Amino acid sequence: MGSSFYLVIVGSRDDPVYEADLGPSSKAPPVPEGTKKEESKHLNQFIIHSALDIVEEVQWNTTATYLKVVDKFNEFLISAFVSAGNTKFMLLHDTKSEDSIKTFFHEVHELYLKVLMNPFYEVNHPITNTHFDSKVRLIAKRLL
Amino acid sequence: MDFGHVQINDPNAPAPNQRLSAASSAADSRYTRGKSTLERSLNKTKGAEVSLSAFAFMFSEMLQYAQKRVQGIQDLERKLNEFGYRVGIRMLELLVWRDKNSKRETRVLSVLYFVHTVVWKNLFGKPADSLEKSTENDDECEWLWCGAISKVTWKWGHMVRFDMISDNDPLVSRYISVPKELSQLNCNAFVAGIVEAVLDGCQFYNQQILTPFTPFPLSTPLPSPQPARVTAHTVPIDGFPFRTTILIKLDREILQREELLKP
Repeated sequence: MGSSFYLVIVGSRDDPVYEADLGPSSKAPPVPEGTKKEESKHLNQFIIHSALDIVEEVQWNTTATYLKVVDKFNEFLISAFVSAGNTKFMLLHDTKSEDSIKTFFHEVHELYLKVLMNPFYEVNHPITNTHFDSKVRLIAKRLL
Repeated sequence: MDFGHVQINDPNAPAPNQRLSAASSAADSRYTRGKSTLERSLNKTKGAEVSLSAFAFMFSEMLQYAQKRVQGIQDLERKLNEFGYRVGIRMLELLVWRDKNSKRETRVLSVLYFVHTVVWKNLFGKPADSLEKSTENDDECEWLWCGAISKVTWKWGHMVRFDMISDNDPLVSRYISVPKELSQLNCNAFVAGIVEAVLDGCQFYNQQILTPFTPFPLSTPLPSPQPARVTAHTVPIDGFPFRTTILIKLDREILQREELLKP
């Protein structure tokens, strides 16, 4: 089964801000269509949702922003990143690569900041900016 | 902007239609030159300061805008607080990000210190003049403070700790003279909003208080405003008649959490 990535940004009041199915890794071999991966897609949201509780526990014991892998579900791993304003970035993945995920989070966080600096954007509201979306996908392609 | 002025009497001027095309191409290039917010650097601070006079004008407009839409001083302060909140939540994220070894603040004291130095320095060019903790678990002291600051009308049984950040000559209200009938008003409610947002971002307010009822659907506006938990008061001392104290009240739950987090 090829590795896939699923990113969610959760606002400080637990509002869904952004989600992206980042598809299979560019480094992994291509997976034939219609295999097992498709079936588990709807589970992603549930897995991330349950990992949020663990993030809320872990975030008080460290002042770091990158929390590494916080949770596991079967073969899936969940990495988390919490910004200063308590916006949570959650990434579901199934291969371990701490360094590249760390850089990925940092770059996505910078993008998020740039969206946030827009005075017309309301904190914790969904990000509908297509430019943001395509940039996130570019970063994912480059790093994951 | 140089294409904006058409000089009709200029004999050397090109025909009007030519001029028009020149103007539109200039506008086009300007349009494409303008970078999207996602392309800009977040680290440009040198020379990016806003002049105080520009800010004073802007702030006076904000005040007038707010004043037309409120009833009473408390309402006005709440509105200013809201304005400040929008600034503060962005300041927090940006300033922490700009810091080389950025970390989240998880303790009360470090957050307050962050506000006192980093936030103040970036907003006003200097740290605030004082940071004081006033009381903890001491009802008598709370009453004393209540006496000193006549405006405070909170339920006293609920809270256990106040912190105060003071500024001898607040920049925000330097050019504002408050009329007699509004003497209770302190325009630093705006700054109080900024402080509140920073504390809120760091989770120093109880979630229960922030979102009192059920979760909101995303399309609805933010919940109806709670009474501010960070307020601004004029507390004149010798030599500084405009000295303003930003009073921060922290709830018992936060202090309990603080106890639990002690190593």
